[in-house]
Amino acid sequence: MKFLKLGILLAFIIAAITACSSDNDSPEETNDTFDRGAMLTNWADNIIIPAYTSFNAKVVEMEAATTTFNAAPTVENLQTLRSVWKDAYVSFQNVSMFEIGKAEEVRFRNRLNVYPTNVVQIEDFIATGNYDFALPSTIDKQGFPAMDYMLNGLAETDAEIVTFYTSNTNAEGYKNYLSTLSETISNLSNEVLTSWTGGYRDTFVANTSSSASGAVDKLTNDYIFYFEKALRAGKVGIPAGIFSNGTLPQNVEAFYKKDISKELLLGAIDASVNFFNGKSFNGNTTGEGFKSYLGYLNTIKNGANLSALINDQFNVAQNKANELNANFVQQIDTDNSKMLATYDELQRLVVLLKVDMVQAFDVTIDYVDADGD
Amino acid sequence: MFTAVQKYLKKDTQAAPLAVFRVFFGFMMFLSIVRFWMNGWIDKLYIQPKFFFSYYGFEWVKPIGDYTYLLFIICGIAALFVALGYKYRIAIIVFFLSFTYIELMDKTTYLNHYYFISCVVFLMIFLPANAYFSVDANKNPEKAFQMVPKWTVDSIKLMLGIVYFYAGLAKLNSDWLFDAMPLKIWLPSKYDLPFLGDLMQQQWVHYAFSWSGALYDLAIPFLLLYRRTRWFAFALVVLFHVLTRVLFPIGMFPYIMIVSTLIFFDSGFHRKIIRFISKLLGIDYFKMVALSQTRKYRFKRSIALPILAVFFVIQLLFPWRYLAYPNELFWTEEGYRFSWRVMLMEKAGYVQFKIKNTQTGEQFLVDNTDFLTPFQEKQMSTQPDFILQYAHFLGEHFEAQGHKNLAVYVESYVALNGRLSQPYVNPNVDLMKQRESFQKKDWILPFNDTIKGF
Repeated sequence: MKFLKLGILLAFIIAAITACSSDNDSPEETNDTFDRGAMLTNWADNIIIPAYTSFNAKVVEMEAATTTFNAAPTVENLQTLRSVWKDAYVSFQNVSMFEIGKAEEVRFRNRLNVYPTNVVQIEDFIATGNYDFALPSTIDKQGFPAMDYMLNGLAETDAEIVTFYTSNTNAEGYKNYLSTLSETISNLSNEVLTSWTGGYRDTFVANTSSSASGAVDKLTNDYIFYFEKALRAGKVGIPAGIFSNGTLPQNVEAFYKKDISKELLLGAIDASVNFFNGKSFNGNTTGEGFKSYLGYLNTIKNGANLSALINDQFNVAQNKANELNANFVQQIDTDNSKMLATYDELQRLVVLLKVDMVQAFDVTIDYVDADGD
Repeated sequence: MFTAVQKYLKKDTQAAPLAVFRVFFGFMMFLSIVRFWMNGWIDKLYIQPKFFFSYYGFEWVKPIGDYTYLLFIICGIAALFVALGYKYRIAIIVFFLSFTYIELMDKTTYLNHYYFISCVVFLMIFLPANAYFSVDANKNPEKAFQMVPKWTVDSIKLMLGIVYFYAGLAKLNSDWLFDAMPLKIWLPSKYDLPFLGDLMQQQWVHYAFSWSGALYDLAIPFLLLYRRTRWFAFALVVLFHVLTRVLFPIGMFPYIMIVSTLIFFDSGFHRKIIRFISKLLGIDYFKMVALSQTRKYRFKRSIALPILAVFFVIQLLFPWRYLAYPNELFWTEEGYRFSWRVMLMEKAGYVQFKIKNTQTGEQFLVDNTDFLTPFQEKQMSTQPDFILQYAHFLGEHFEAQGHKNLAVYVESYVALNGRLSQPYVNPNVDLMKQRESFQKKDWILPFNDTIKGF
């Protein structure tokens, strides 16, 4: 009799073990009141893919303008290319946070936007003609910051810059470097976009699992990592000297162009707010996103209205950033306290996102045993 | 009274329950070690990090580079020897030392169930768990006994009882019972579970889980003790632990608890298990039984009993040490660990360290990812002793780099059980001037709320 009971119990244990060991790979349809699948769909279809599509169009244009410039290196063509480069750089702020899937695999952000760029080694690469941008060691010699140097940093005036591509003894070397930079950006962008449109979108949307490898947890972690490291620290904190003894104005984004650092920052904050609110990339409609997810969880918890607090703080940070000089190098030299003030407001956002929002979502950071103590 | 105790200590019982416990427990430990290795956690937790968080007083216990793997091999083999009952006394001591060493290497990985294992294994050092159904007994009939003192089996029951009952007491607090926290945060995130996903969104489920969890912990030792409720209790044990396994990342612990509670059953039941295992392994059960026919194990020296008496007094008192601290236990965590406080808090934090030259006023902030893994950073950001130890590490690191007159300040925020985040460590205190001790930590800011209860 007791053996029978034991047998039933053992069968129950085995059934339970198999049930829970397979729960990671077979996410079932759930119809609770918040649909994470719908959130992932909104992210993919209305935000991520449109943002990459728009960005890709810009870099294709940039590649064409590079070809035109290399064929006829004139001041006029330089200015055209520079303007296209700037548009693409601003557009990049809309996709930089989505380091997931193909973008994660190719380390998209590292390939496209590591600054300060390494001028000495760029010159060395141009002189030898020997470089491979696929190597991890070359991330600070490529991407938008390297193009910034090639288009804005070679000399004081446009006429002088053009001479590097015309009368310089190694004009071919400069042309080649410039076109490889532009081409690499374009290829990477194309690779990521086609991955999204060619099947990754479905994988992403279907991955509603609540584990650390689930799309919601992963993109939430990516978003916060981006906001903390790339936006708050990279664009503002590091140049303002927050992490060093003394300021580091040479570390601002677009150091050679100089007057677009603010525009890039504001673009990045905008993209972050919009993603938080689930706002479509093209148009003003909003769908499921962090905001509505927090709202749903709050109906369970009856806590403070976290999404309102976060939106308010985004506003405060935007206002502070708006007070800055378009040229961050000037801003740091004349009145760094405004940079520090902007940093402080972004920092408050990091706390709200990383502590309060992550706690509300119960996002897993890593796969290890933990019993919550 | 005294005579009653003496009479109790002279009582004998069948050795089979102890033997089955040894076999299952040793085997579970072996599996745990293998699983830990297979998951790549040795490398991830003990080789990769640049810095390790030590327990107060055990700063000398550190991972030993690639030899850490050797440590795990030794630990795993010892566990297997325990299960087999081969050179048991040496094996169990080696297992206790190696396992405890592993757990002391970095408190980032602290889990109540690792502490539970260390406690049980320490206890087992003094128990004649190899007296029956073991290689030792088989090789040397002198060491084979069918009967052991009753208190040896009861001591394991007591240990289990303490774990459950104290875990239950700890749940009797206002967050757990009246706000269903932290389950209200944890359960909705399990939306993708088959069948249960939708239920996990319901408020009444959160409260039902909270209350029944507390009741379960408090009642289960007693339900297991009484014969009439034992099978019912065991069914609850299985249900409860399987459910926790499904809902939370707690690894092997549920299975270990399920097999451990078998000790509460009668020896007849355990003999059946032994017969079953014998059949499985092709061991002659009757020959083995004959070896140890009705012989009674007697302790030669009397150190075991006094040591275990002291051990249990400490076990009973240690979890109450939090009463000596005036601050909110969940907030400052003074006296929180080693007290069977399991799954009581959802805490998230953010800590920014500032290195300042007190002479020139120059300062800079630290990027924690330069020194810590994401898991370490997460654990550090909500626990004051971690923050202090890391602050000292940073101070010494930057001093070695040539920075002078150095002070370390911290800007930190912590959110506890769904409350909004609030400042945690006093940002005006130079942590280099603070030392770890058992004194209360004055540099933690007040909680501004109360959590009533144990």
